[in-house]
Amino acid sequence: MNASYSTYRALFDVSFSVPAGTIVALLGANGAGKSTVARVATGLVAATSGKVLVGGRDVTRTAAHRIARMGVFHVPEGRGVFADLDVEENLRLALRRRVGARHLAEAMERAYTTFPVLAARRHQQAGTLSGGEQRILSLAGVLEAAPKLVIADELSLGLAPVIVDGVYEGLKAIHARGAALLVVEQQVDRALSLATHAVLLARGAVHWQGPPQQARAEMEELLAAGYAPPV
Amino acid sequence: MSTLLGYVLPGIPYGCDFALMAVGLVITFRTTGVFNLAFGAQAFGAAFVFDLLVRSEGLPVWAAFVLSVLLLSPAVGLVLDRFLFSRIATTNMTAKIVSSVGLLIAIPQLLPILFGGSPRENPPSLWLDQAHVEFRLFGTAVNGSEVSTTVITLGAVAALLLFLRLSPAGLEMRAVVESRRLAQLQGIDSGKVAASAWALSSVMAGLAGVLLLPLSNVLNPTNPLQFTGLLVAGLTAAALARMRSIGVAFGAAIGLGVAQEVLELYFPNGALHTASVNAFPFIVLVGTLVGSKSLRSLGFRADPMAGVDPPPPPPSVSIRDPRLDVPMKWGFRALIVAFVVSGLTWVPGYWVTPLDAGLVYSTIFLSVTLITGASGQLSLCQASFAGVGAFAAGQLAAHFGLPVLLGAVVGGLMAAVLGAVLALLAARISGLILTLLTLAFALMADTFLFQYSWSGGSGTGVSVPRPVMGSIDFTSNRAFLVLALVVLLLCILLVALVQRGTTGRFLAAMRGSEPGAASLGINLLRARVTVFAMSAGIAGVGGAMFGSLYSPVSADSFVYEISLAFVVVVITTGSRRIEGAVQAGMSFAIIQFLFTYAPSRFQGLTPILFAFGALNYAQHPEGMVEYQKSRWMMRVSRLLARVDGRRGTAPTALAAGAAGNGMAGGVVGGSAPNGAPGLAGSPVGLSSGVVSPRG
Repeated sequence: MNASYSTYRALFDVSFSVPAGTIVALLGANGAGKSTVARVATGLVAATSGKVLVGGRDVTRTAAHRIARMGVFHVPEGRGVFADLDVEENLRLALRRRVGARHLAEAMERAYTTFPVLAARRHQQAGTLSGGEQRILSLAGVLEAAPKLVIADELSLGLAPVIVDGVYEGLKAIHARGAALLVVEQQVDRALSLATHAVLLARGAVHWQGPPQQARAEMEELLAAGYAPPV
Repeated sequence: MSTLLGYVLPGIPYGCDFALMAVGLVITFRTTGVFNLAFGAQAFGAAFVFDLLVRSEGLPVWAAFVLSVLLLSPAVGLVLDRFLFSRIATTNMTAKIVSSVGLLIAIPQLLPILFGGSPRENPPSLWLDQAHVEFRLFGTAVNGSEVSTTVITLGAVAALLLFLRLSPAGLEMRAVVESRRLAQLQGIDSGKVAASAWALSSVMAGLAGVLLLPLSNVLNPTNPLQFTGLLVAGLTAAALARMRSIGVAFGAAIGLGVAQEVLELYFPNGALHTASVNAFPFIVLVGTLVGSKSLRSLGFRADPMAGVDPPPPPPSVSIRDPRLDVPMKWGFRALIVAFVVSGLTWVPGYWVTPLDAGLVYSTIFLSVTLITGASGQLSLCQASFAGVGAFAAGQLAAHFGLPVLLGAVVGGLMAAVLGAVLALLAARISGLILTLLTLAFALMADTFLFQYSWSGGSGTGVSVPRPVMGSIDFTSNRAFLVLALVVLLLCILLVALVQRGTTGRFLAAMRGSEPGAASLGINLLRARVTVFAMSAGIAGVGGAMFGSLYSPVSADSFVYEISLAFVVVVITTGSRRIEGAVQAGMSFAIIQFLFTYAPSRFQGLTPILFAFGALNYAQHPEGMVEYQKSRWMMRVSRLLARVDGRRGTAPTALAAGAAGNGMAGGVVGGSAPNGAPGLAGSPVGLSSGVVSPRG
């Protein structure tokens, strides 16, 4: 795929796949195009050329909400919840279309049992939750919805290491239920410890892809070549 | 006790009228994210269609209601969403206000064009008749329309409350307002949800309009000002409800209605009546806008997915080839000389007045350039400041024999003081709430400040004589042209100095980010007071010139709609640069003059023309003229680059960058596969002036 933001081109012939049940780590420095890949895959940014396939179906020109209804979930960078709505309303919003109105109540109860921290803050405005709690709220909505593919964008950004552990537990739980994951991450080690496959982006193009064990070495090489260092 | 009740009871249906407006504003804001100033105008339009269907087409009332409120109104809402509001980014509060102001101007002007301008008396009522007394409560007669207004309003408010709280659609609407893209990621069709929110809001407007019909005895398509009082009360109640709670908005509106009736009881007439009954809603409104903490944080919530939107376009000067700088500068000077010489010699006499007006308008519009262009604040009371200047100059000349030019300076200073006071009041508010505060001030000036004999001259107006300086007499229109040009150039000089100086940099920083500017050590309050005072002062001087040109002038020349029109006109042409104000002033005056040749029914087309320009603000925030200029600059640059290429000389880095950065092809085609535009990789991104505009 190729993509640009008005006159600024962001992606150059990026191509990789996320097979069912795998975890792919998408690595790269600031401005390498990681978030753009995530946005194009979920239809938020239109690709200027190329194709996005989900389960063999071409979704390049499909509206973002339709892609979401197909089971591809994008947990965006930063705040991914509606700050003006309370925790319960956020969950209701995330789950109603995905599990159907009839199963909504059970799904929400399950989410509260899995993440007791949310149950305690049921009627609190989501904007007043801490960063980690907001991330967990996004993941809770995804977990109960039986996703096919989850794209997690910079889950660790701005969080304390202890909190990140909790967030990654949530991610593992989602994978355990059968979803494929595309983990976009700057914290390389964390993503690699989870991943079954790694893709390294540099300046909008795929620089290297392969098994996660070799990813470290490739990154060092990239660094030596003078590219901006990953955090 | 029964006398008091006799005033309290009619206050309730009166308050219900306010409540329809307030609840409509709140629900529109919560479900669409737009503070729709045009809500009243939409209501007026629906009421007009309803009246037309009942009387001219002879339809039964229920059929007219279904057609006008349940079918036509939502259709209008869908059109508004499709062609206007769906194109505005969630976080762009300015674009939302400008669009609603454009509508507020366009809709009332469209009505006489569509339906003719003759007023209609005794409009029909929806359910129960106004003339019929339904029952007596504690000795007070309650008529039919009071009953129907109260009952229907209560029903509508309860239904909306339940809808917003409990229905999934209400929840989705609230989510989409916060972030369309985030909602899409949850599988919600944001476009559809936003469209239905607009349809809902328009139905509310239609319902309000039809219920409000019995309130006005005459339905005059050319004077929708009947809704002004409602706008104030609706604004007040909505502000009291922090733009959030429908229940509070309803209660506050009823309270306002009752309070106004009770004030009528205690101050039946005289000066105290005007001061208390008219000023009361404003005191509450200003107090709420200034004092409420939760209003202050309104709209601070950023869309988490805002990064997906493309960056704003660069100004046209940054695209200009540097070789064009000198010819354009001299061309501009030659244009001024040609203008003065032509104005004094061969231009026919009847064309001189519009040219005078153009220069005077340009002066007033400069005040908008300063406040909206430089500081990014939208002020909706520039015409009121102009009024202060005009009336001060006129009154000082009449009572103290002060020369008019001196009076204009004093008037400008008075306006500047008022502007500074307004800025001090608004010390801790910004964005939408600040804009509403300026609107409140404009409405306050209309309703009572300009209504006294010592200010607006009540009825006869204030005459502002043409200036005479010793032996130089500016009485003739041609001589006035020179004076107006000198005043304009002085004001331009002032604005240019501000824009280029430290204050201008401070303002640019504030426009970018207020917290960011504050963290750099910029005193936000001082910068804002300065810009408000200077802008008001320029408007005041321009107003005095306007008064002198069109003497005598009355409060009608400076009503709030004029302020709205001013802002819309300047934004349409381009508010960021000084040329924009002059282009706006001249084109406004000349187009207005040209339309005097058209049938009287089409007089409203001038404001509509510019209102449609304002509706383009979302796509081209730099203004239509500025946008066209950028396109031409790009073409010229490309042409120059081609000429350079043919001559064999290497084009300058700037020219190459200018030719490329407007076109996707230029950047994309010129980059190597692993070049990152905008970062160090490509020479085009940073060096071409995309990020650092000159001048």
